[in-house]
Amino acid sequence: MYAYDELDRTLINERVLEFRDQVKRRLSGELTEDEFKMLRLQNGVYLQLHAYMFRVAIPYGTLSSEQLRRMAHVARKYDRGYGHFTTRQNIQFNWIKLAELPDALADLADVGIHAMQTSGNNTRNVTSDQWAGVAPGEIEDPRIWSELLRQYTTLHPEFSFLPRKFKFAITASDHDRAAIKVHDIGLRLYKNAAGETGFEVLVGGGLGRTPFIGKTIKPFVHGHDLLSYVEAILRVYNQYGRRDNIYKARIKILVHELGIEKFAKEVEEEWLQMRDSALAIDDSVIEDIRSRFSYPAYEKLPHMPDELKKAAHDPHFEAWRKNSTFPHKVPGYAIAVLSLKPVGGPPGDATADQMDAIADLADKYSFGEIRVGHEQNLALPHVARRDLPALWKALDKIGVATPNVNLVSDIIACPGLDYCSLANARSIPIAQELTRRFANHDTANLIGRLHINISGCINACGHHHVGHIGILGVEKNGEEFYQITIGGRADEKAEVGTLIGPAVPYGDVADVIEDIVEAYLALRARPDELFIDAVKRLGVEPFRERVYATR
Amino acid sequence: MTSPLQQKIKISGPSVITANRTWDGIVIWRTAAKGWSAELSDAAIVRTADEARALLAESVADDVGAIGAYIAPVELKDSGKIKPGNLREHIRSAGVTIDLPVPA
Repeated sequence: MYAYDELDRTLINERVLEFRDQVKRRLSGELTEDEFKMLRLQNGVYLQLHAYMFRVAIPYGTLSSEQLRRMAHVARKYDRGYGHFTTRQNIQFNWIKLAELPDALADLADVGIHAMQTSGNNTRNVTSDQWAGVAPGEIEDPRIWSELLRQYTTLHPEFSFLPRKFKFAITASDHDRAAIKVHDIGLRLYKNAAGETGFEVLVGGGLGRTPFIGKTIKPFVHGHDLLSYVEAILRVYNQYGRRDNIYKARIKILVHELGIEKFAKEVEEEWLQMRDSALAIDDSVIEDIRSRFSYPAYEKLPHMPDELKKAAHDPHFEAWRKNSTFPHKVPGYAIAVLSLKPVGGPPGDATADQMDAIADLADKYSFGEIRVGHEQNLALPHVARRDLPALWKALDKIGVATPNVNLVSDIIACPGLDYCSLANARSIPIAQELTRRFANHDTANLIGRLHINISGCINACGHHHVGHIGILGVEKNGEEFYQITIGGRADEKAEVGTLIGPAVPYGDVADVIEDIVEAYLALRARPDELFIDAVKRLGVEPFRERVYATR
Repeated sequence: MTSPLQQKIKISGPSVITANRTWDGIVIWRTAAKGWSAELSDAAIVRTADEARALLAESVADDVGAIGAYIAPVELKDSGKIKPGNLREHIRSAGVTIDLPVPA
């Protein structure tokens, strides 16, 4: 956990007071909606179909049990008893009243949580690997650098009115769980051939209307130079990014139109002018941030304790352990993923009661810490393996132990037309139907790793472009239709999926996905050839043929 | 941002003016009595672009009471009942099409 200092606490509390005054002036009519809109957006407040939506940041996906309990409190007191974890390590409350928002914000601020820059044309919540600090083989904890960027970009005056929103993601592992290649700036922490630690910097990734995979702009940037280098990128973007057309305003369009070489040259020129300025980071700054992260006092524990051996006889526990627990950097410990994808449930939602119970379990089994992943699941990052059987029982009781992590029913979905004012089609009911179709755990295991992503419009909050199977809702003559792509992926081999054919109506989507999965099972070279690898080998044609031959 | 009043208004059938209430965000409809109601059945119906423009103008003028006013299509049933004219408006009127995680 990172402990905020006095400056952070003051900033957050002042922000609450400021927003309270802005809301008061809006409700009295002193501020018009045109004047107020940007102010509310900069505090994470959107207007959706039925109500205001309040998006709260969970920087780099790390939460304390106290913070999660406070989110449960906000859900219960100001909303309808639940929250929705998003694909960018935020939580959204869907039914909040503007008049009560300052109180909700104040309650969150008490535990160091805020909603600054969760919307608007500024630098958004800095996201990272949800297993940061505990993943085996990690170079170092990427949250230290995420926190540096959070501090640096928060309320940065030069980056508060960018051409468009701007998103950072950081990983320090070989396997990218933070989807860095589909962010405006992606940072991969690694050791170079000389043994120095630094960043590969990627730029211009993004999804939405025009998807692009990020390109490497500089293969190695030393940590000391990180801020000056990203500032140089942001300055070039701020200067040349298009403000005349919202659809062409993201940095990905600028990088694409200029070409990565020319863009990199502009950045390099800018950077050389400021590299040795006050933005050069002193080791003491990093050490100060590092010292504010606390890590558990792990015990020396056996890898295979008696509790685990005994529980291995229970097939339900074993199914969960094999699917939802992952190796930890410390022997005797595990990372336990909590699936927020129950059969028939809305992906990513958690009730206030579940949040409270998870917070209690985090205190009991995970040193009071919870992680939030972009896949819309939670994780307890420090569970002693001896405690896994007891933890599983408790998680099962509250409905977050569905053993479907990374399987076909672990679906990423945006809120879609049920909530969102931008959406053209519903996402959640499609996800719910698919989880019912693939509810059988043995079948899901037979299929193996398969990521389905659903977006209710081209803005792609459900990251459909990078789903192994992507589903995009569109509107045709007043009816909901869905385009299907296959072959996308969001990891270190990120790719944008390929459209398999004409959009299909709402009622056919689940059948089409079943057809694609059946085609894969029939065509895979061997049982362990993953869906995504089979698509890579075969192309989309056999799947297209299967889907459209009879339609 | 272009004001809704500066946009070309074209309606193809009976329509209403809808918005969200400023203080709590709930869905509301403009009534013939120059007020707002949380019930679609209370909505004033307009049938021509001129009527729609006039009703939208008075709706937008109430910036304190409502936010984001726009013209939405409706269907008028033989029974006199007003039905939302498309899926989006149906969801705004009737609520989400799924069970909420916590029943109301």
